Amino acid sequence: MITVKELTKRYARTTAVDQISFEVAKGQIVGFLGPNGAGKTTTMRILTCFLPPSAGTASVAGFDVLEDPLEVKRRIGYLPETPPIYPEMETAEYLKFVGKLKGLSGTNLRKRVDYVCERCAVADVRTKLLGKLSKGYRQRVGLAQAIIHNPDVLILDEPTAGLDPKQINETRDLIKDLAGEHTIILSTHILPEVEQTCEQVIIINKGKLVATDSVRNLQARARGAESVLVEVAGRNGSLEVPIVQHKLEQVSGVSRVLCKQQVDSRALFEVESQKGRLVRGDLARAVVDSGWDLNELRPAAMSLEEVFLQLTASQSTAGDLSDDREASAQEPRQ
Amino acid sequence: MRNAWIICRKELGSYFASPVAYLLLTMFGVIFGFFFWNALGYFVIEGMEMQMRGQMYPMNLNEQIIRPLLSNVGVIGLFFIPMITMRLFAEEKRTGTIELLATSPIRDLEIIVGKWLAAMILYSCLLLFTALNFAFLFKYGNPDWKPLAVGYLGLLLQAGALLAIGTFISTLTRNQIIAGAATFGVELLLWVVGWVGEYETASWAHVLSYMSIIAHFESFGRGVIDSKDAVFYLTVIFLGLFFTARSMESLRWRS
Repeated sequence: MITVKELTKRYARTTAVDQISFEVAKGQIVGFLGPNGAGKTTTMRILTCFLPPSAGTASVAGFDVLEDPLEVKRRIGYLPETPPIYPEMETAEYLKFVGKLKGLSGTNLRKRVDYVCERCAVADVRTKLLGKLSKGYRQRVGLAQAIIHNPDVLILDEPTAGLDPKQINETRDLIKDLAGEHTIILSTHILPEVEQTCEQVIIINKGKLVATDSVRNLQARARGAESVLVEVAGRNGSLEVPIVQHKLEQVSGVSRVLCKQQVDSRALFEVESQKGRLVRGDLARAVVDSGWDLNELRPAAMSLEEVFLQLTASQSTAGDLSDDREASAQEPRQ
Repeated sequence: MRNAWIICRKELGSYFASPVAYLLLTMFGVIFGFFFWNALGYFVIEGMEMQMRGQMYPMNLNEQIIRPLLSNVGVIGLFFIPMITMRLFAEEKRTGTIELLATSPIRDLEIIVGKWLAAMILYSCLLLFTALNFAFLFKYGNPDWKPLAVGYLGLLLQAGALLAIGTFISTLTRNQIIAGAATFGVELLLWVVGWVGEYETASWAHVLSYMSIIAHFESFGRGVIDSKDAVFYLTVIFLGLFFTARSMESLRWRS
């Protein structure tokens, strides 16, 4: 449905988006993830034909954003970061205006206005001035505006920004609800949002594509650099933490050992291993062989948040994740 | 052009939903009313003086009231037009609603023409106030209506040109005050630039005086449709809207 190829957007001094390529299939919800200033909004603005790309191509439903902007615009519903509302208009009047802009008219227009009012739960403020609405209502009116012409593609720029927790949940449910009928791209820097609403994630940082994969794969992939929690207890009621730490560090494949907490003769260590190295067995053996008790040994599940931080932390990892993956796949063979 | 009309309707709605339109209408009505009252008072005194002196020069409503008042309207317009155009694009840029327009399946030109048309309609509403005053002349006197009609045509063309310039300037900033002040400055300059022609005869002075927006109204004020002046106004309208379109496009490439 959406194809982006080597998309680049340069401003006077900075490159906001640098050779991004990705594809979105019909009916998917895709989370567009990145820290503030990563280039999310710029990419979305290019997809909605608000900005032209400096290089590369982007197309929606087979129409290029530069060649057929009108066709692209007909198929896209867009909610910018701040809902584009006119404070002096009433809700229904505004939705009618947007509907007309998108080419609706007559009874069809009236039906759609009624429908989106119901759908986005703004029917009770139909005759209120938009300027007097609360942030949550404005956001929902913005969403109603985006779906008024029943577009194939919905592009939502931080749809939950500035809402209270209840409104955030409502908005997320609404977005998930809409997913059946529309292809949705939503940008956010809130990770749980992606975990909860999206099937697919595109992570960008500093204008560069960091990763694009399904949520589950991403979590699994980042777990490649495994982090294991080990709880060790001394048998005779005492435990020398530095000795244990040293012992664990000597296990081959371990890159870092961190003592997270110590209670009496028990200590919890977080052991990070190099990517692709399975160290759990060796760790257990090392502990038991040294005469300590192994109370617990479990992989530390990585939240998407950690994945994200890991992926966006340094320039080297930001370069290309698939390289790392290949390297890690090759390592055991050597 | 259906889309231009949608935009135009929306703009008119904004003008009349806020106090802007009513404030402008009231101020314009009061100011022009004062001008009219003055001109009429002067006319009446002059008429009486002539009768007392026993000299009877022909008195003419068209020449002595309508014509000077119409050119006054042009000058009053200079002050009002920036207030009409300053919000057109600047406000959409400030609130971000320009993104809605720019991502809707309509052309830039339709947005621009729609907005300009709305400004024209609001200005025409202002002109209606002047017509109200002139109606009294027709009730109690017998002026010729044709020069008046031509004068209105000239005023509309003149306003169209000034509004097109204002529309263009409004796309350059997101601050309404800056848009308004800049428009006022440019339009004032386009008025006074014609004064050069009164003492300087070099060719550049001719060019400058030709650029004077107000000077081209003179023929219309006399009741003459001079194609030279009409073409001048139409050219300025075209150029103003053309530059607006360019500016909107460059906005996309720069922003």
